[in-house]
Amino acid sequence: MSADFLKELEIQRGYLLRVARLQLRDAALAEDVVQDTLVAALAAQSGFTGRSSVKTWLTGILKHKIVDAIRRKQREPVAASTLDDEADIEDFDALFNERGSWRDKPTEWASPDDALSQRQFFEIMEMCMEKLPPNTARVFMMREVMELETEEICKELSITANNLWVILYRARMSLRECLQLNWFADGRRA
Amino acid sequence: MKTVDRILGHLVSCKDVTHLLSEREDRALTSFERIKLEWHLAVCKACMAVEKQFRVLHEAMRRYRQ
Ligand SMILES: [Zn+2]
Repeated sequence: MSADFLKELEIQRGYLLRVARLQLRDAALAEDVVQDTLVAALAAQSGFTGRSSVKTWLTGILKHKIVDAIRRKQREPVAASTLDDEADIEDFDALFNERGSWRDKPTEWASPDDALSQRQFFEIMEMCMEKLPPNTARVFMMREVMELETEEICKELSITANNLWVILYRARMSLRECLQLNWFADGRRA
Repeated sequence: MKTVDRILGHLVSCKDVTHLLSEREDRALTSFERIKLEWHLAVCKACMAVEKQFRVLHEAMRRYRQ
């Protein structure tokens, strides 16, 4: 077993843990899932081909572990109902008037390329993801970080495609607002 | 701006447009939805700005997972 490989796993551990926590909202369960992922990664070390893909490769393993954990959690009665509740909330009405036009017209974000090259921007983005309602965050992470197909997410969480689209809409609109407030509206960073 | 452009641009509201901008990442829009979206973006600077913001968000998530 190469020392480099172990070091790489250690480097990626923090990221995996943050992703697992965002999806599971359960620190102990997230630890377990990441632990399982690292053990599986060590066992399947030969399946990893190059340094540049370690993160993607580990995320692929983590994805299965998280889906398993969610399946086990689904058996607890609360989960499904809260998901539908989160899809039902009709907000963002404050953003639009009764005709559906913007109350305050959004403007383009200044220097987005500059933002995307800063570690601090991604810290703010994680903070914004933490602020999402738990199930909304989970669905968003499954879609945008784990890159699951919409059909897979609907199947795993037993929700309709329509509810899924509404939940992802809420996640993206919330993140947009949060980044607007905490990064782009702040002239110092532009 | 021609009146006809304005009329075509408002077959959907800004709020509907934000839904289409999100949903096109998760499902194929119908051709009529795509046209309504295009017509609206052609006449609405605010939604055009949000369209760009959604692209930034999408790119940010791509980099986050890489
Ligand atoms: Zn508009």
